[in-house]
Amino acid sequence: MDDCSASGSGECILKITGLTKDYGPFRALDRVSFSVAQGEIVGLLGPNGAGKTTTINMILGILKATEGAIEVLGKDLDRHRSEISCSVNFAAVYAHVPANLTVRQNLYVFALLYGVRKIKERIADLVAEFDLERLADKKSGLLSSGELSRLSLAKALMNRPRLLLLDEPTASLDPSISLLVREKIKNYVRSVKAGILWTSHNMSEIEEVCDKVLFLSHGQILLEGDPGKLPAEHGKKDLEELFITVAREPVSLKE
Amino acid sequence: MSLYRTLAIFVRQVFLFKSNPTRLVSIFLWLIIDIIQWGFISRYLGSLGQATFSFITVILGAIILWEFMARIEQGIMMAFLEDIWSQNFINFFASPLKVREYLGGLILTSITSGAAAFVGIAMGIFVSGIIFRLGPSAEWLGWPIPMVLSIFSGVYYPISTLPPYLQVFARVIPPAYVFESCRAVLATGNLPAGYAFDLAAGALIAAAYLAATSLFFVRVYRRNLESGSISRFNAEAL
Repeated sequence: MDDCSASGSGECILKITGLTKDYGPFRALDRVSFSVAQGEIVGLLGPNGAGKTTTINMILGILKATEGAIEVLGKDLDRHRSEISCSVNFAAVYAHVPANLTVRQNLYVFALLYGVRKIKERIADLVAEFDLERLADKKSGLLSSGELSRLSLAKALMNRPRLLLLDEPTASLDPSISLLVREKIKNYVRSVKAGILWTSHNMSEIEEVCDKVLFLSHGQILLEGDPGKLPAEHGKKDLEELFITVAREPVSLKE
Repeated sequence: MSLYRTLAIFVRQVFLFKSNPTRLVSIFLWLIIDIIQWGFISRYLGSLGQATFSFITVILGAIILWEFMARIEQGIMMAFLEDIWSQNFINFFASPLKVREYLGGLILTSITSGAAAFVGIAMGIFVSGIIFRLGPSAEWLGWPIPMVLSIFSGVYYPISTLPPYLQVFARVIPPAYVFESCRAVLATGNLPAGYAFDLAAGALIAAAYLAATSLFFVRVYRRNLESGSISRFNAEAL
């Protein structure tokens, strides 16, 4: 399903058509098509090396596709990258912010990069929202992994993005903070009418948060559907069991 | 091109200096050490009584000028390396930041932290481009380049000292024109014939290098978009 109107939701935030990435003879992503509608949280799942990060990097514009098209808010990424980037942001465990800058300084630099207005007020709001007040003047390199994740999420919401890409956003958070963060993100999607592409290896989190999931295997979309119904449709008791099957016996699901 | 985004790269560097003022020391420390060291060497050579011109004015003047250019080259490279060391490339290049705004920020940083010289800036962009192309493991290439170029630039001796086949290299290194003119003025007290032409030629070559190295950096950036190197830099820098 690559058409937002088919999902019954509103405006199409992200539309991907036939996305392919080759590294020489190796095909990392093979004609992937999907969409994220306004107010929708889509889970991008799959074992390591399935093509999730490749997909995210191409949507972020830091990796060029071999074939296919990416449209964000109806605009082609190839032709409007800088303009589109103003409406997109992301948080990922592997994308660090400069360690020698304080939390507040990092947020200030990213506010300038994203052309945020009323920077001080916006930083104050985010610092309060992600409980970073007492850490605001601490160097980012001295933060714990959970605190860094909160900073990364604050940075990701800096420009009030319409498309938010979250690569394991709660991986380093304790269960209590993780729950709070999930609530904040769900509220954010509703209030800003954004769309989210969410990757995680925590299947219970995916079941709780996502409206739709896509299973990638060897660069192709193997399955997609409602995370509440998909396991039963394939004779599995839950999403975790389905994930394990995708990782170990993807051929059995194709048949 | 957004001034705000260029400014963001510059502001990031200002914050770095603010958080660790010892970084500022590095801009001047090597220059001061060189001046002191060469001051003593010049004094010693002068005491031998065989000097036909002032070692202090000629050598120290050349060293100060050369050190400024080397600092600028390393200023650009250091600002670029900050993003490698902090594993920040994805955050920057996934934002609306354009590659020319990023380069503008690096240049602004370097100009502010040293004296402006096209050659130093061009060298810095070129070395950053090489590291961008080959990955963080190529960082070591950036450090000796000013020293290698100084061999052909006539910082410490006239270009005529070089064997004829090496003098060819001096013709395409802009600082060589500056140092030769300075040396001629100090030795004779007169402006050499054709000095204006030489300086203009040096400035033109320097401007051409700046344009060429900027294009080189942009090409490497585009190539990295194809190969996925920007995201891989993070893992490689660990």
